[in-house]
Amino acid sequence: MKVSSCCWRLTSLAFTLLFLLISNISFAQEAGDSEIPSDESVISSGETLFNNNCRVCHAVHEQVVGPALNEVYVRRPLPWLQEFIKNSQKVIQGGDEYAVNLYNQFNKTEMPSFDFSNEEVLSILAYVKSETEKGPAVAQTTDAAGGEGVAAQPGSTVDSGFVTAILIALLVVLVLILVVLGILISVVTKYIKQKSELNETDQEIVDQKFSLIKLAKSPGFIWIVTFVFTAIVLKTVIDGLLTVGVQAGYAPTQPIAFSHKLHAGDFEIDCNYCHTGVRISKNANIPSPNICMNCHSGINKVTGATESSKEIQKIYDAIENNEPIRWVRVHNLPDLAYFNHSQHVKVGGIECQTCHGPVETMEVVQQSTSLTMGWCIDCHRKTEINSQGNEYYDKLVELHSETSKDPMVVEDIGGLECAKCHY
Amino acid sequence: MEKNKKLYWKGIEQLNKEPEFEKFLNKEFPEYLPINGGKEENSGSSRRDFLKLMGFSVAAASLAACEAPVRKAIPYLNKPVEVNPGIPNYYASTYVNGGDYCSVVVKTREGRPIKVDGNKLSKVSGGGTLPQVQASVLSLYDQERLPAPSIGGEKSTWEEIDNQIKTKLASISAKGGKIAIVSKTILSPTTLKVIEEFKENYPETDLVIYDPISSSGMLKANQLTFGQRLLPNYSFDKADVIVSFSADFLGTWINPVKFSSDFTKTRKLDDKKKTMSRLYAFESNLSLTGANADYRVAVRASKEGLLVSNLYNELLKKAGLTTIRTSSVEELPAIQKAANDLWKAKGKSLVVSGSNDENVQLIVNKINDLLGNYGKTLDITAPAKFRQGNEGEMDSFISQLSAGRVNGVIFLGCNPVYDHPKGAEIKAGLEKAELSVSTSDRKDETAALTGYIAPDHHYLESWNDAEPVAGSYSLTQPVISPLFNTRQAGESLLKWTGNDQTYYDYLMAIWRSGLYANQSDVLDFQTFWDKTLHDGVYTPPMGESTDETDVTSESTVDIQTAINNISKNYKAENSENELVLYEKIAVGDGTHANNPWLQEMPDPISKACWDNYLTVSQSWAEANGVKMVEAKSKLGVLTIDGQEIKVPILVQPGQAEGTFGLAVGYGRTSAGKVGNGIGINAYPFIQKNNNYYSLARFEGIQVVATDEIYEIAQTQTHHTFMGRAVIQEANLSEYQKDPAAGRESIHIATSEALARELGLEKGEVPPGALTLWKGHEYPNHHWAMAIDLNSCTGCGSCTIACQAENNVPVVGKQEVINRREMHWIRIDRYYSSDAPKDDRLGLEVPSSNPEVTFMPMLCQQCNNAPCETVCPVAATTHSTEGLNQMTYNRCIGTRYCANNCPYKVRRFNWFKYHDNKQFDTNLPMNNDLGKMVLNPDVTVRSRGVMEKCTFCVQRIQAGKLEAKKEGRRPTDDDINTACASACPTGGIVFGDLKDPNSEVAKLLKFKEEEKFQKVEEPRAYNVLEEINVKPNIWYFTKIRNKDEKLA
Repeated sequence: MKVSSCCWRLTSLAFTLLFLLISNISFAQEAGDSEIPSDESVISSGETLFNNNCRVCHAVHEQVVGPALNEVYVRRPLPWLQEFIKNSQKVIQGGDEYAVNLYNQFNKTEMPSFDFSNEEVLSILAYVKSETEKGPAVAQTTDAAGGEGVAAQPGSTVDSGFVTAILIALLVVLVLILVVLGILISVVTKYIKQKSELNETDQEIVDQKFSLIKLAKSPGFIWIVTFVFTAIVLKTVIDGLLTVGVQAGYAPTQPIAFSHKLHAGDFEIDCNYCHTGVRISKNANIPSPNICMNCHSGINKVTGATESSKEIQKIYDAIENNEPIRWVRVHNLPDLAYFNHSQHVKVGGIECQTCHGPVETMEVVQQSTSLTMGWCIDCHRKTEINSQGNEYYDKLVELHSETSKDPMVVEDIGGLECAKCHY
Repeated sequence: MEKNKKLYWKGIEQLNKEPEFEKFLNKEFPEYLPINGGKEENSGSSRRDFLKLMGFSVAAASLAACEAPVRKAIPYLNKPVEVNPGIPNYYASTYVNGGDYCSVVVKTREGRPIKVDGNKLSKVSGGGTLPQVQASVLSLYDQERLPAPSIGGEKSTWEEIDNQIKTKLASISAKGGKIAIVSKTILSPTTLKVIEEFKENYPETDLVIYDPISSSGMLKANQLTFGQRLLPNYSFDKADVIVSFSADFLGTWINPVKFSSDFTKTRKLDDKKKTMSRLYAFESNLSLTGANADYRVAVRASKEGLLVSNLYNELLKKAGLTTIRTSSVEELPAIQKAANDLWKAKGKSLVVSGSNDENVQLIVNKINDLLGNYGKTLDITAPAKFRQGNEGEMDSFISQLSAGRVNGVIFLGCNPVYDHPKGAEIKAGLEKAELSVSTSDRKDETAALTGYIAPDHHYLESWNDAEPVAGSYSLTQPVISPLFNTRQAGESLLKWTGNDQTYYDYLMAIWRSGLYANQSDVLDFQTFWDKTLHDGVYTPPMGESTDETDVTSESTVDIQTAINNISKNYKAENSENELVLYEKIAVGDGTHANNPWLQEMPDPISKACWDNYLTVSQSWAEANGVKMVEAKSKLGVLTIDGQEIKVPILVQPGQAEGTFGLAVGYGRTSAGKVGNGIGINAYPFIQKNNNYYSLARFEGIQVVATDEIYEIAQTQTHHTFMGRAVIQEANLSEYQKDPAAGRESIHIATSEALARELGLEKGEVPPGALTLWKGHEYPNHHWAMAIDLNSCTGCGSCTIACQAENNVPVVGKQEVINRREMHWIRIDRYYSSDAPKDDRLGLEVPSSNPEVTFMPMLCQQCNNAPCETVCPVAATTHSTEGLNQMTYNRCIGTRYCANNCPYKVRRFNWFKYHDNKQFDTNLPMNNDLGKMVLNPDVTVRSRGVMEKCTFCVQRIQAGKLEAKKEGRRPTDDDINTACASACPTGGIVFGDLKDPNSEVAKLLKFKEEEKFQKVEEPRAYNVLEEINVKPNIWYFTKIRNKDEKLA
């Protein structure tokens, strides 16, 4: 009796300590104060703004066309940032030393002016800050560049480093408890042995020898081992099954080694130019060779090359032989799911990269997202409706704002309903 | 409010409470029905089987996981500007099958036509469609079509066949031999021009036109009366009183699609218009027209002439003119009543007869003249050309052919060996012709006997024009390039004439020199042509129409001779059996027999499909011991002219005593896999009566029932409503007094205290007042439907339109017998009986001439849906737009939902109907060609999955997207279901209740106040309101226009 109550006290003490530790950590988190808000909704609206306006030239952790933006709010004061984002040329012409240096450093590339309000600038900075704090994304094939918006865990402001620290601390505490308990038991046993007025059964308990074989044979132990084993097997099987048919990373060899990096990246040809259906139709359309010929009727070799390209020759051959090009489909949705590009691109204002990843950097196109239903649903839960200036949504926005302060996301207007995609 | 005392029943077995019927009455899925096609007796599977299956599926799953199939994406080589994958294109065109006409709009996806709908711009077909038109798109993808021209049954080339035919024609022409071009009615003026040109080249050529269901006698009568061998243009919308003598103008007679829409215009009721027309029908078989009539009199066909002359006599009396001598009939009171009504509605009435007897039609013309209907409800200044067949010419052709005096014969897309009463003679005679050519699209009964087959395009691959009514033109344009090596029949004729122009150029040239030259509105031909092509129809500017001549006055008709002939040929009393042939609305004259959609469409009246059968009256059935239980009937032996034919018997309430009905269009032997060997061919039974081919035979008929059991694929008793009243109806006089007449206000039993709590009297508590349901909020859209039982004629266009739109499989005869038909929308046909509900004895005697109500039944999209609550995997859920969603990929096939559905509208995929040889009649899903008709926006469901009407959610989504893209709210024009857009009468109205401007909201007078929704239209009701499932479909009470006393 005594033993157990003693143990309980110790354990609760340990937990109290642990709790204090965690609370301290979270306090520490919020203490890094500035004028930049850390509100979830602000960050998410900042993310949308960032993706729609800044992403073309800026990344948070790496230099693209413009400088990397991590800790930009530390480097420059807020008013300067606001002014520069709204009209960078004005700041540069005003002779601001930092601005002029920056301008020269980046080959005098002008940053266009943006008609943002101060709040909007703040929200972008909030997003940049939250990204900065997350640290550079681990190089993963699936979620690399396009996926940030989607793959981010909602509500998890605690860094994964802290979680590990907490876990280690917890482990240490548990081991300590175990040691203390061990010591306590041996002390108590000794104490009891000294008093020899025990009856037989008590004697037996006290004399018990710790035996590994006995422990291994005990039903409790067998049960635990079986349970753990089954759990691991099940988890592996389920994980395995969940990846059946998921083709993330699928990058088949195409009949023509067409480089999106060259066309969309280096030459900055707009996606719509070739994928003509993307704003009007369900299908984005793989361009027919007559679209290729708009440019390639005059271009038959790669820049710098002296001989005409074999790959480009394939387009000519296709037209000459009246034989269509048989591309390998990279993004495959099952027939039971209905997906419409124009709904997402034209109405929703979603960037191509959100689902297709940084195609403009791909030599060979690969499927960069999982394209599973969970992935779709996740996005529908988070993506705000592009309702600005669309009369269709006016009444819905009004109704939504009556009941909620959060932005209206796809889920709020039935975006998770079965018959939106399955019929 | 007075309670509707009528009892409704769906089949005689239900009315008679047959024990075998009652046993399975409550079962949605009776266990006794076989799963393995009835072949395997012991269908239980063993543990071993289970393990084998398990092992296999695990292996299959792991194999599947290893390598995902490589799918190709093949873009156009040179993308046409107007074709965008994923976006449908619509083209106006014209459906023509002989004299059947419909101006249509064809929906194509990626260059494939997938759906046909009515063209709203057409004044001749009125924007609706009938089942055959809806199904015509499937005929395009028929594998049985000839892939190339053939000579003597061997595949050949066009050069070869042209050379041989031209040589033969020349040699026949050189020796002055006779050539005949045989065709059904030709509506195309350009084709007629081509034939003219052909005739110029080969002067000994005759054009012989026949109609499988001949109207020759009617045309002759009109010629005698008006001097023109044409049909008047009927305006049913202007008629207050209509009397039809076996003219099924709502189903198969002349131009039913337009007649249905016009007729229904006079039947619609609202606050402003509280009057409607009255329809009398005198007929032997229960037809669609009879089923929609206010007064239907079942009469023997042998009386028809006398009925007409009696009506004429009665009207003469009223006009104060000298009456004629005619024998009286026992139906005189009904005739007098009709005469009274007609006389009151002079100039606003219409008398029509389906008879092919010149004498009868002469009197009908006289009657309409007497009533002053010409120039009002009948127009002869712009006559219709739907029927042009000339029996005299056809008969003389056949006798010349038999005599070997016809050297060359060209069958222009017709099949007289099958569908002409003298088909056998033609068959024998064909051997004597030197040259025989058919332009049929398949090796049909006639083409199989001809030396050459020059297969014609399907109409969706053709260029053509049509002039169905004088002064109303329309164009047929191809919507797909020819699937096979076929050639337009007109072009073939041109080739054989020696004119190498394409038919397209020829057509354009005719239009340029004709219609274009005669107008001055458009100054360049291309614009004129493009506009006409876009609209599909063209009406020349007014002014050139012929002067309105009062042809009737100058007619030199000898009416007394006609009356005498009638008295001679018709009988007031006939003790012999009579056979009355008829056309079914789906299969029609049999041209489309290989179309499984049409074969599987239940006949609106008999609810039977995949067969023709002898319809017998109930009294005959009783006397001969024939009982129909669960679609099991007896085989009968029909004896005609000593010939004995076995034919199934179907007991048909409303069948006139002593008459038997039999549909033509069946018994094809060379239609194709689907149509061959179904039923018997009734065309040879047509014989001359009064010098014209008559559908009725008054004598020499014997019918004997055998003991052999025969199962008719009948959908009638499959979906019972457990005797609950679902039809609410009233008489017009009651409606005029109280618009809510006929409505049954259903109340639930409560305690007095509870009722008081609700602020109501005890016994006045409506079903919705107490509910366990929380209800749904619809912030965005609220889709709903209003179905007017007064507008529904039961034609079944909606069923086929839905089948085409939603990839609904065809299951075949045996599966229909097993109650597994898949149609998402069915037309329930209820007969009623005048006996009160508690009068069991009275119910023992079924009504011999019951009233009929049609009720389209589809998923009611319940707000408190019983199916949703029982699905264990949430595969059927409710949307925020009021839809009851069905997610196929989630469904595991427990069938709980179907069991719990009070409307029995859920359909279970008992089998894999696609890519399955067992279901090879399911053409749209079992071969690559047929699959081209599938709607790419709708999933093809697999085995073990439940399915049902979705309110065409793919169309809703597409319409919403279109509106979103343009930044506006969708309107009625953006979204409509397939059934509603196919309905020729506008009986189905679909829309968004949240949109106060939508037609459905206006019709229902929908009010929405703070979570409180109310339908204020007094006629609107929900079916099975008492179970409080709150459907999103409202029905409008059926109103009949009967006299007050009789109601």
